[in-house]
Amino acid sequence: MVTLSSDSRNIIGRGPPLGAGLFFLGLVSVGIMMLDQRSDYLNTVRQWLGAAASPVYAVVQTPGQAWEWLTGSFADRNRLKTENAELSEQLREARVKLLQFDSLREENVRLRAVREASAGVGGRTMIAEIMRVDVDPFRHRVRINKGSDDGVFRTQPVLDAFGIVGQVVQVDKYSSTIILISDSGHSIPVQVNRNGIRSIAEGAGDLGKLSLPYLTVESDVKTGDLLVSSGLDGIFPAGYPVAKVSKVERNPADTFALVEAKPLAQLDRDREVLLLWAEPPSQVAAPAAKPSKPAATESKPAAETSSAPPAPATPSAAPREPAETLPPGAQPLPQSQPPQD
Amino acid sequence: MSDGRISRARVTFTVILAIIFAVLPLPEPLDAARPDLLLLLVIYWSLSAPRIAGLLFAWFCGLAIDVLKGIILGQHALAFLVVAYFTHKFQLRIRIFPLSQQTLTVFAFLFLYQFIVFWLDGIVGQPVTTWMRWMPVISGAILWPILVAGLDTWNRRNR
Repeated sequence: MVTLSSDSRNIIGRGPPLGAGLFFLGLVSVGIMMLDQRSDYLNTVRQWLGAAASPVYAVVQTPGQAWEWLTGSFADRNRLKTENAELSEQLREARVKLLQFDSLREENVRLRAVREASAGVGGRTMIAEIMRVDVDPFRHRVRINKGSDDGVFRTQPVLDAFGIVGQVVQVDKYSSTIILISDSGHSIPVQVNRNGIRSIAEGAGDLGKLSLPYLTVESDVKTGDLLVSSGLDGIFPAGYPVAKVSKVERNPADTFALVEAKPLAQLDRDREVLLLWAEPPSQVAAPAAKPSKPAATESKPAAETSSAPPAPATPSAAPREPAETLPPGAQPLPQSQPPQD
Repeated sequence: MSDGRISRARVTFTVILAIIFAVLPLPEPLDAARPDLLLLLVIYWSLSAPRIAGLLFAWFCGLAIDVLKGIILGQHALAFLVVAYFTHKFQLRIRIFPLSQQTLTVFAFLFLYQFIVFWLDGIVGQPVTTWMRWMPVISGAILWPILVAGLDTWNRRNR
């Protein structure tokens, strides 16, 4: 029979009594929880604790990275060739689209200036890699390898090439946690792209499904409709694709229709995601050039995304375009004409 | 005295391994049933080396889990603390239990731990309600005899 080997010295009569330890540490835990839940006092502490945890992440990720490196360096030539051909094909298509895009964007900016509307889609982005670590098997959360040192902030929207992935919920120094739109605790305000009906898409705890519980039986929604973010939450910028309606069931006896949608972002296949610094809407007209972040944290993301001059991270009030997508020299709307008065 | 110091290194080593195990990506079905190895270690060391592994040790282990996986700081720390308190309180009794009874006790401790975490999840407003969240209790209880056997052998050899 296995018995515990023991340090048989008596513990009674030395040190503080057990109950006192429980009481004191319990009080500390409850205090920490309340502080963490209700205020931002612990943010810096959390960031540093997260930084202290980064060696653990490094160790955990090493085998996966080594495997990736191995397969990468021994990839056979044929595969690389086909991949190369595919990519250049895609690039060509994208270039053609971009040709129209430039003129369309200028037109859009002009029209928006006329309508005094907010600065539509646009913003600065940065690529972040999803880390191979486990966060919580019951929640749709993943960890990415960019943190407050890269200018990541809480509630920052996260995208991939196909749509909205989620938002940042917690920031450490060198990494951060994002919550996916499919998490059962997450919801995102959306709009049917076809007719502008607004609703809220809630995560259902299933990677391939969002539910839209607040659409009435009469509302004009069809299977295949594209849902885009409506931007009403002030977190996700308007106009980014979120999901496609996959199922509409109308029971005339009910008030609400049963609507489900399939997220467009590849939530389960992504290895890389895009962090987005959205342009604030131009209604908040304020004196320009107010760099809200220290210059040190600023230079890094700018160098990462583009060759553009380091613009202020959260750009000023004027509806300025994302510098990196512009061809050099083409600045459609200089700052001098923000639509005010 | 040197015995104590070796033990301390040993405790630290196992704790680091358990922390790494906590964030190690596992394949899908095993993922939900990942045993709380760190908590098992806290119980084990609280029983066999109570001078080294006190309440503060348990609390910091819980805090490490909070940093790595928690939604708020202090949640797992509190759960670890409560389990460690009961382990210390009944330490002399649990130590002489036969293994089967010990496993049952550990099962109860693991259940208590999961319940506290579950409860605090609910208070924070992000409850996880699938039955799968109780799987670690069972897998942890299954792991306990193996862990005790392994660590006992190791302790006896390098004493």
